[in-house]
Amino acid sequence: MLKIRNLEAGYGSLTVLRRVTMHVSPGEIVTMIGANGAGKTTLLSTLSGLVRARAGEVLFSGRDISGLPPEQRVAAGCSLVPEGRQVFQTMTVRENLLLGASVLRKRGEGSKTGEELDNVYHLFPVLRERQHQLAGTLSGGEQQMLAIGRAQMARPKLIMMDEPSMGLAPLVVKQIFFIVRKLRDEGITILLVEQNARAALGIADRGYVLETGRIIVQGPSEELLANRDVQRAYLGRDLDAER
Amino acid sequence: MYWEQERECMDRDELEQLQLERLESTLSRVQMNVPFYRKKFDELGIDTDTVRSVDDLRRLPFTTKDDLRNNYPYGLFAVPLREVVRIHASSGTTGMSTVVGYTQNDIRKWSNLVARVLTAGGVTRDDVVQIAFGYGLFTGGFGIHYGAERLGASVIPMSSGNTARQIKIMQDFRTTALICTPSYAMLIAETIFDMGISISSLSLKYGLFGAEPWSEKMRKEIEDKLRIRATDNYGLSEVMGPGVAFECLEQNGLHVNEDHFLAEIVHPDTLEPVPSGEEGELVITTLAKEAFPVIRFRTRDRTSFITEPCPCGRSFRKIARVRGRTDDMLIIKGVNVFPSQVEAVLFDIEGTEPHYQIIIDRKGALDHVAVLVEVSEQIFFDEMKKQHALVDLIRNRLSSELGIAVEVNLVEKKTLERAEGKAVRVIDRRKL
Repeated sequence: MLKIRNLEAGYGSLTVLRRVTMHVSPGEIVTMIGANGAGKTTLLSTLSGLVRARAGEVLFSGRDISGLPPEQRVAAGCSLVPEGRQVFQTMTVRENLLLGASVLRKRGEGSKTGEELDNVYHLFPVLRERQHQLAGTLSGGEQQMLAIGRAQMARPKLIMMDEPSMGLAPLVVKQIFFIVRKLRDEGITILLVEQNARAALGIADRGYVLETGRIIVQGPSEELLANRDVQRAYLGRDLDAER
Repeated sequence: MYWEQERECMDRDELEQLQLERLESTLSRVQMNVPFYRKKFDELGIDTDTVRSVDDLRRLPFTTKDDLRNNYPYGLFAVPLREVVRIHASSGTTGMSTVVGYTQNDIRKWSNLVARVLTAGGVTRDDVVQIAFGYGLFTGGFGIHYGAERLGASVIPMSSGNTARQIKIMQDFRTTALICTPSYAMLIAETIFDMGISISSLSLKYGLFGAEPWSEKMRKEIEDKLRIRATDNYGLSEVMGPGVAFECLEQNGLHVNEDHFLAEIVHPDTLEPVPSGEEGELVITTLAKEAFPVIRFRTRDRTSFITEPCPCGRSFRKIARVRGRTDDMLIIKGVNVFPSQVEAVLFDIEGTEPHYQIIIDRKGALDHVAVLVEVSEQIFFDEMKKQHALVDLIRNRLSSELGIAVEVNLVEKKTLERAEGKAVRVIDRRKL
């Protein structure tokens, strides 16, 4: 589905991603974990076309998308749920969702908008209840659902999520991650970027650990959970205190 | 039969992506965590971030057994000792031993790789597996043991030695798979014969042999004597232990577990890659080890890549069975001689047993080679003429194969010391 080789990116004279090689297979939930400043958000910005890669290859469904502008990447089936939700506060829930469907109209699939809206409401009943409310009046968890729902409106093959758990109460995080799994069950492939390593590895099939712009370890989630470096640095376990 | 079909039969494109991902993160980790590699890369002005393909690996320096010795015992570990759950040491075939370590994840992966090896050699969870490799610092015993348990087979941890007891257990416990060195398998076979035990009283079906080079002829003998299918498997403690490469039941070359190991074959002198299919020295880089990653380790084992795809369906590339070591290469009268060459010649001669010893002396300034060969008893009852004829035949064949003159002595069956581990084929008495 997504194949990345030696991706290098940064801002001005600053190199953030030094060399990232990874892949996401169809139907997988793959998580990218790492500390603040490791380059996680830069990775997603580069993959969605907001930041231009300096080097490397990004293949999406076998096609090199590294030169495409953001909207064409969305049209190709690669949607981003940005960090901090970024929903339009002064628009209604429904209007926000319909914005996500603009790609469908461009693709000449505008007739599927209603059907897709129903799908989203089915997955997030609370959004149906609040469809005429302004997005700014929603709780943090509901705004996150809205952001995911908006990405889903484009009928993507791959959804990339940037820190969906950020700033949410543990119970709400659980709910969001439950939905992530449900999206996968519906055939959507997920790339999940997270600081909450324990929660992310709990639902992901595989994971990568990013440190100062490089991947230092990767593997099945259970293997990463058992890796002491990962435990110490990202799971907040103080191994010495436990002895 | 596969243990992990999705890996063993992996699409080559996907495999290459996985190899590159794992290579790059292994390099990042050794650069961060192993001062030896960091220093070496710095000295050579190598920035590991510039490694962008599997082929770029060629720009990195080799790691040798000496590097491991110089960092004895823990200098090349990439994790703190408290994360290490197992320590092994090399068998020290050629000098001081080297120490390697494994994390919990390493042990889990290792077991899985060995389960692939066993499955490819015909073993299933229904088998009774007798492990006659030494248990201890040597990786053979425990390496196979954990893999066989992972597979779900019934494991008999015999360790090596006490051959009569091995055979009794084999009969009583109805062992179906034997795992040991090929020379020990030969010894077991002979002992069964000597004890007058009928092979049909045994339940053996499969034998997986490794830890030393052995010839096709020897395979045939072991298979005939024990009535089993015998496969070769390859590993070395510096890289992991058993589980690096393995034969499937096609019995013609060993699949490298390429999702865990990158194999290169280089010319032992120029250290450049040899043309595809040509013989050279095997060099291995680990791709997924946590405690003891190695970059371009020179194995000293001589082999070649097999370019044809294998009918078994595995996509992992194959290497030819190891023909010997570049460092057990003897230089006799300036000529390179490999013990395996002697073995190959002897196996082709009627009346000789597969046991031999090469004794090298220096008489004055000249090297002198004697080859002791066991022959079947009846030759000693025959006329002297026949004995002479046999000696002449062996001597001529050896001389033409090796390119040097050798003395040949016939000895009676079972006079050469039998090894329970690796066979002692060479005694070098030269004081250089």
